[in-house]
Amino acid sequence: MPVTQQSDGRLAWRHLTPGESLARFAGWFALIALTVFCWRVMTADTIWAFVASAPAQAADIFGRMMPPRWDYAGRLWRPLWDTINIATMGTLLAIVLATPVAFLAARNTTPSAVLVRPVALFIIVASRSINALIWGLLLVAILGPGVFAGIIAIALRSIGFIGKLLYEAIEEIDERQVEAIRATGASPAQVMIYGIVPQIMPAFASINVFRWDINIRESTVLGLVGAGGLGLALESSLNVLAWPQVTLILLMIFATVIVSELIAAKIRKAII
Amino acid sequence: MSAGAATPAYPRRWSRPPLIPDARLRWAIVLGAILYLIVGTGTVDVNWARVSEGLVRGGRFLAGFLAPDFTSRWSDISTGMIESLTMTVTATVAGIALSVPFGLGAARNIAPAWLYVVCRAVIAFARTFQEIIIAIFFVAMFGFGPFAGFLTLSLSTIGFLGKLLADDIEEADPAQLEAVRATGASWWQVVAYAVSPQVMPRLVGLSLYRFDINFRESAVVGIVGAGGIGATLNTALDRYEYDSAAAILLLIIGIVMVCEYSSGFIRRRVQ
Repeated sequence: MPVTQQSDGRLAWRHLTPGESLARFAGWFALIALTVFCWRVMTADTIWAFVASAPAQAADIFGRMMPPRWDYAGRLWRPLWDTINIATMGTLLAIVLATPVAFLAARNTTPSAVLVRPVALFIIVASRSINALIWGLLLVAILGPGVFAGIIAIALRSIGFIGKLLYEAIEEIDERQVEAIRATGASPAQVMIYGIVPQIMPAFASINVFRWDINIRESTVLGLVGAGGLGLALESSLNVLAWPQVTLILLMIFATVIVSELIAAKIRKAII
Repeated sequence: MSAGAATPAYPRRWSRPPLIPDARLRWAIVLGAILYLIVGTGTVDVNWARVSEGLVRGGRFLAGFLAPDFTSRWSDISTGMIESLTMTVTATVAGIALSVPFGLGAARNIAPAWLYVVCRAVIAFARTFQEIIIAIFFVAMFGFGPFAGFLTLSLSTIGFLGKLLADDIEEADPAQLEAVRATGASWWQVVAYAVSPQVMPRLVGLSLYRFDINFRESAVVGIVGAGGIGATLNTALDRYEYDSAAAILLLIIGIVMVCEYSSGFIRRRVQ
């Protein structure tokens, strides 16, 4: 037990041994030194006069944003519909693409742990590392601007998310049920349908609903890079400095996100 | 009453129970989904000519992935990467440092009611909008450059970590809090000896995870001018330099992988 000797010779309990304290101090010191160094590098080119004027700028922007231009709402229903389409169809496409990847990546269902599994894991990591907006940027450059690029961007980003959570769910299944089905003489396809699928179905459904909720959030801003939806309206309003319209679009995004969260919570509650 | 007639016919066939037990609800969902897909795909107009033209470019892009060009734009790439990494480090540290007081304030079991409301409101505000929307506003207020990105990432770190930390503290074992309080410990001592040992391992794990997220987001905020590798990537794509863009993406993927493996390693040691 770590103890420390006081001046009158008595021993008192302390939280850490001296060695541990020293190690912690060194850790904290290194972290702070690194942070200060990064701060110096990062702010080398910062123009502090702009930073100092930020409160005035903020007051100016918020002054221009109020009141919201309510009559602009009529022109937002189509972008809203596009946003919902991007999120929903993107999620559906991702489910179709991610499910086989998850089965290939799970240790207990992969056909080859040496050859196939690393490839599947790389697909998952690559898809997860790149944000939906970056995928959007790429796909708008390749496929041209529009809703289609948005759907593909959402799908490509979601493969990693759904794939990762699903393969973890597959690895956690109860092997005895699979063994029992196999013992009846079932074919590999039957083992899959009767032994594995029922066990992962609740996880599968809740992962997809969860991702759909995130996708609604992400698809509201995908338009900033040209991939359609509410973000496109936001981008065009920002470009012409139509701040009252920006306020309304932000309110619309906020409402959409809240509603999708409520729907997702309701579905999840029904499943579990 | 004959014995044979009373026995119900034993079912000879078995079928799996469906996920949704109510058949009407199940069919309503299936029909609704089909209807939505028909209406939805109808309203998505795809310019197939443009897409087929794009497939050629997609091929070039994939070729770029196989032969990424790190050298010809290296000075741009390294500047962007340094901005992204420094932004990530400073924003993660500042975000954690600020999310601890907000997390403590937003935990109902250790904070007074008025503080709870204030802190929860701040956290909810920080979580409401996507990083990129916050970045647009910070760029407008603080000017172009990584400083705006730093502020954006710090704010969203507060929203993320503050909420999870507060929820964690609220779920902490009340017996330990009670025991430390019973020794006559002050509020600070309760936090240090009863709350922090219970939430620390998870806080470390979440902080490392947030570092990861912040790096990925730092690639995004550059699109709207808040510094980082996103701006470089945007430029590379605008110039149709797919091999440089592929190099940047491979670097992002590589760094995220390194972060994930090292954070997994640290988390296993802490927990």
